[in-house]
Amino acid sequence: MVTDTRLRRSAKYSRHYKIMEHKIVIEAGTGSRQYWIDIIRFRELFYFLAWRDVLVRYKQTVVGVAWAVIRPLLMMIVFSVVFGQLAKLPSDGIPYPILVFAALLPWQFFASALSESSNSLVGNANLVSKIYFPRLVLPTSSVIVAFVDFVISFSILLGLMTWYGFYPTARIFCLPLFIGLAFIAALGPGLLVAALNVRFRDFRYVIPFVVQMGLYVSPVGFQSSVVPEKWRLLYSMNPMVGVIDGFRWAICGNTELYLPGFLLSLSFVAIMLIAGLAFFRKTERTFADVI
Amino acid sequence: MTVRIKTDGLAKSYRIKHASKATRFSEQLMRFAKNPIAALRGTKETSEEFWAVRDVSFEITDGEVIGVIGRNGAGKSTLLKLLSRITDPTRGRIELNGRVASLLEVGTGFHPELTGRENIFLNGAILGMSRAEIRRKFDEIVDFAEIDRFLDTPVKRYSSGMYVRLAFAVAAHLEPEILIVDEVLAVGDAQFQKKCIGKMNSVAEGGRTVLFVSHQMGAVSQLCTRCLYMKSGELVADGETQEIIETYLSDGTGETRVLNRSRKDAGSTTPVWIKNLSTRNEASQPISSFAHDEKIVMEMDFESTAPVLPRGLAISICLQDTLNRRVFTDYRIVDRLIATDPYHIKIALPEGIIAPGNYSFIVSLHTFQSEVFDRLERVCEFSVVDNGTRMSMFRAGDTGCLLADCEWSLPESIVKKEAA
Repeated sequence: MVTDTRLRRSAKYSRHYKIMEHKIVIEAGTGSRQYWIDIIRFRELFYFLAWRDVLVRYKQTVVGVAWAVIRPLLMMIVFSVVFGQLAKLPSDGIPYPILVFAALLPWQFFASALSESSNSLVGNANLVSKIYFPRLVLPTSSVIVAFVDFVISFSILLGLMTWYGFYPTARIFCLPLFIGLAFIAALGPGLLVAALNVRFRDFRYVIPFVVQMGLYVSPVGFQSSVVPEKWRLLYSMNPMVGVIDGFRWAICGNTELYLPGFLLSLSFVAIMLIAGLAFFRKTERTFADVI
Repeated sequence: MTVRIKTDGLAKSYRIKHASKATRFSEQLMRFAKNPIAALRGTKETSEEFWAVRDVSFEITDGEVIGVIGRNGAGKSTLLKLLSRITDPTRGRIELNGRVASLLEVGTGFHPELTGRENIFLNGAILGMSRAEIRRKFDEIVDFAEIDRFLDTPVKRYSSGMYVRLAFAVAAHLEPEILIVDEVLAVGDAQFQKKCIGKMNSVAEGGRTVLFVSHQMGAVSQLCTRCLYMKSGELVADGETQEIIETYLSDGTGETRVLNRSRKDAGSTTPVWIKNLSTRNEASQPISSFAHDEKIVMEMDFESTAPVLPRGLAISICLQDTLNRRVFTDYRIVDRLIATDPYHIKIALPEGIIAPGNYSFIVSLHTFQSEVFDRLERVCEFSVVDNGTRMSMFRAGDTGCLLADCEWSLPESIVKKEAA
């Protein structure tokens, strides 16, 4: 009898507790104080949005997911021929296709993550204006799609390595670290541009241009050691230089990291992330009004 | 009783921009020098503050079903957006006690390329359900939407009815403590609407709080126990549903008279048009409030350009109540018009059968080939006041629009004999 009431009381308590947990106070100008808790609560939405984007990406295409393989493969061939065969840039004894592909992988990931995330808010305007959720879910989940493509095209790299009989060193285990770095490098500007895009649609035209230029500015077709020593530090201000060098360091295992440059890249990645996040959080509350 | 929603001085303002053109070249040049980009756009922008919602305070406890009514642009949708946290208030405070799910649009987040099955999961997640919850309710949702044969078809191939049914079905199976619904019943066929209302009723019976915006007073009065009436951003009335609906409907728009309409008002090509309309009492005084046993006369003037109408002319009136339900219709046929002078007609409504309440008319001039010359809706609003009907003791309930005195045959054994 006693246990019965106690049970009931505890059930009542837990129900009460559950509701208390959802108590929200919204005051003008302050927003929700439990933003980060909300993000955890909306993790399912994060998962479903990413899942949706992945599902939709190759719907109604004939070759489907094969596109994730074909595009980087063709680009790798072109770059290897142009930079390796015609320009005869140094490769330090590494098969040029592998050298190119080790850079193409993070670059493609970065480029598509950046474009996907910067378009994510405008592309989901109907959600933003009709449903509440922490808006951060949108740009971050759209990066996942780019990551899926990345994983698929990673198989090409494995194929290439087997073909050339080129085996990586133990450094390959550091690769996830650099993948994470590429993720953050894309997310920082992605957040910034996504938020700007809500008000100024100009960025819809800026990003494809940046991505196109960035491919040649970043050391994708060549090694960053090709850049003259005195310009090297300046060159490293491009966050992707650090990421790509890191990938080559882990996969090809031939060169040492140019440490000052790498650290500079790293700090730029961090600055972009902080700036992007801060701007996003600051403007987030007006998204529904202006989108 | 837990307070689920509490707002305090809630307000939301938007900046609206006005464009004003610089007319002189020198002005334009000056502006270009100051701000080239804005000048190239060709407009100078001035902005103004617009209060979509101002100083709204109310409290809602659990198990209440609240209707939010008001005209377009009264701030209803903005209020719902504030409560569902989509947009932030400019001033004031909201306390929400419990999980909130909002359904401001049917099928938000549906992706046309995905199948019905995939969209159920996606939409469920968007509305705040967990995967386990969706899986548990999946069959119920499919049943409710009646789409089981098309579960694996992309929704872009769905008929609009199927699409809406599926979308509502997902939303209807949410289990939040607070459900916010905007105008979703405006879609779908009558049968489905009925089903939706039934579902929302059961949601409320489960002790959850429902906030419901609609322009369909019928649905509001069926569902809601309490109503909030919004008018240009302000909460002007808050109370029992019937009372608030009456306030809303009798507020402003109802013209009690139509005076001096010209041919232009009726659409300038029409051969006949209504000029004046009014409700009058027996002494021909124009009034709009009648006792229930008073004679109600509708007086109408109409004018015509054509003396002969080849297909004849029908004049019809229809009495309707505040929910736009029609009470009755009557008409007369006119075979010919002899002069272009105004014609004056009187229509006396049957005495003592219209129940207390508010009414209005639809008046129409037309042919039987459904050619409409002139038509006025919701005109001549008038009220019938109870000055002692048998029904007055049932004031709280809806006793219908007609006072019918039926002939009853009851066995004498069960009725108390009246004193002779």
